[in-house]
Amino acid sequence: MNPERMYDALDRITRVRGVRGAMVVSAEDGLVVGEAVMEGVRGNAVAALAASLAARLGRAAGAAEAGAQRFVHLQAEVGAMLLMPGADGLVIVAVTDQHVNVGLVRLEMQRMVEDIA
Amino acid sequence: MKARVVEPWLLAPVERFVRESGARLTMVMTPSGQVLAQYGFTRAVDVMSAAALGAGIAASTGEIVRMLDEPDFRVLNHQSAQHGIFLGRFDSRRGPLLGLVVYGEDTSIGLVQLFFEDFVADLEEAAPAETPRGPVLAADFERDLNESLATLFR
Repeated sequence: MNPERMYDALDRITRVRGVRGAMVVSAEDGLVVGEAVMEGVRGNAVAALAASLAARLGRAAGAAEAGAQRFVHLQAEVGAMLLMPGADGLVIVAVTDQHVNVGLVRLEMQRMVEDIA
Repeated sequence: MKARVVEPWLLAPVERFVRESGARLTMVMTPSGQVLAQYGFTRAVDVMSAAALGAGIAASTGEIVRMLDEPDFRVLNHQSAQHGIFLGRFDSRRGPLLGLVVYGEDTSIGLVQLFFEDFVADLEEAAPAETPRGPVLAADFERDLNESLATLFR
């Protein structure tokens, strides 16, 4: 993966209004590979918990015979977390506030998956 | 399985860390290898071996760190095929301590590191005020070690 392209893609995600941070996370380790997050977002905490969530939801999808995981949208009280599995065991994570255009963020995440593949 | 501790204030933080991180084995010890708390070990001999090895790894890594003119040794992680080993050094009101964690495929180094940070904060909050401690003598060390092991496997 080209780091320059990765950071360009992260920047594109964070330019969407309402996005508080975006990161690329190693799915197996839960460690941050690259991040662009606002102050106040605990990148390492989000990365570790998001990777764990993605792994568990992936197993749930498998158990439900729903196929491979494509996109996860976790809506919380004042914000959301969006996850999209990428190539090479990576997960793209976006942390947003409650007024974000989820479709637009998803589109940028999808572009990033294609860019860094 | 229940955590075993030498001093009661350690119990809640150790149990919370184990529950949240999914660690299989956890040990808190001094840099000289004196065990203060453990979770998951079933035999005293394993605790003694792990403590001695963990303290040795921290000491030798600390020397390499010193040669590089870096601050003290903080964290070391080893990833095996099925297990990971995390060794972290932190300061506490009881002086510097080491945490040794063995984790499996059901968790990750990211989660272990994350909850280890919380664990250190929990220990800091729970630790009673420091009591003056004398120098560690060989005879005292062996007696303390035996007493600690007796407590940990009571």
